[in-house]
Amino acid sequence: MVSSEQIYHILSTVTDPEVPVLTILDLGIVRDVLVNEEEQLVQVYITPTYSGCPAMDVIAMQIKMALLGNGIKNIEVIHQISPAWTTDWMTEAGKVKLQQYGIAPPVQKSSHIMGLFEEPVVLCPRCNSINTQLVSQFGATSCKAQYRCLDCKEPFEHFKCH
Amino acid sequence: MADNALIIGHRLSEWCGHGPILEQDIALTNMSLDHLGQARSLYQYAADLYNTLPAEQKNILFTSTALQTKVSAAQALQEDDLAFLRDAWDFKNVLLVEQPNKDWAYTIARSFFYDAFNYLYYTALLKSNDATIVAIAQKSLKEVTYHLRWSSEWVIRLGDGTSQSHDKIQQAINDLWAFTGELFIPSAADEMALADGYGVAIDDLKTAWLKKVNAIITEATLQVPHATWMQQGGKVGTHSEHLGYVLAELQFMQRAYPNMQW
Repeated sequence: MVSSEQIYHILSTVTDPEVPVLTILDLGIVRDVLVNEEEQLVQVYITPTYSGCPAMDVIAMQIKMALLGNGIKNIEVIHQISPAWTTDWMTEAGKVKLQQYGIAPPVQKSSHIMGLFEEPVVLCPRCNSINTQLVSQFGATSCKAQYRCLDCKEPFEHFKCH
Repeated sequence: MADNALIIGHRLSEWCGHGPILEQDIALTNMSLDHLGQARSLYQYAADLYNTLPAEQKNILFTSTALQTKVSAAQALQEDDLAFLRDAWDFKNVLLVEQPNKDWAYTIARSFFYDAFNYLYYTALLKSNDATIVAIAQKSLKEVTYHLRWSSEWVIRLGDGTSQSHDKIQQAINDLWAFTGELFIPSAADEMALADGYGVAIDDLKTAWLKKVNAIITEATLQVPHATWMQQGGKVGTHSEHLGYVLAELQFMQRAYPNMQW
């Protein structure tokens, strides 16, 4: 039977369908891996980023496919909603990958609650300018906000703190 | 709670492709998705609990034929059954969330009143003695915080904007005000939940809600309505005619092609 370390290694090949540069380990959504020798069963606990995130069903399927591809047949992917996912669980390597991919990574601790019309300072992922402006708190996926850079004039996405 | 989330989520989804500008179209559908996700978690939990009830109690709780047919065939219910197989009288959402979108100002005012309530409600639910409810509340609260911020900013932007936007949002606030009282009137279910320790003293949230709503409306240079008469009925299944039209669209596929899957 495989070890949980080997399972984690396989999981490191599964990427977020919406942000393919991040693996699910970078995102911090894998909460636990249990290997039951007796029943030859592998259980993977994942936590949704946002309640309605449609990527979760795809990710669960991709986890099953990756494990099946490595000869593991008896798999359970369990959705665990507590404790609630936070961007604080994203790895530092993940943040660097996001930045290189053109998405500004989260910049604050998730517990920071902003006042009305307040914006965090987000660096432009292209030119590193701090002269950026929020266009909308809501973007192409639940986890991203839309920004524009006032120096290089390019629009960009920001993985918002959550 | 689940019905509130599903119906407001559906109302906001009606804006998809019709928003005044692309960014706000996307914002509304993002929030719609959050509400739908919350509804799914709550419905699944409700279905799990419902499945443990004795048969006679199941039939008292919901009387819709399509649901009862499934129950009498000894089939366990899933989240989708609760969303798609109940008729209007079995929905217990507040009247506020089923009110039509009408225009941008109405949509904003409706969301603002609801978001301010939802924020306080989920915050209070963190103290529930039911671990699943606490987990759903923790998750949802993060999302609802964004919603309330967005709708508060829009009330201020419209109220303190042009004379036309000012008048429109004032009109929407005045017209929808009568639907806000019901939020804080405990239903029999609310009282039972409170007595058993997993619910919230819903009438206690009113003071904090009024404080938040007053502050934003005042900052928006608008007037808080004086009207005190409040409409109610949603929590006992007595709905406005609007809900039937919402359900006709929402449930069409499942009613026309029973048990279909995407």
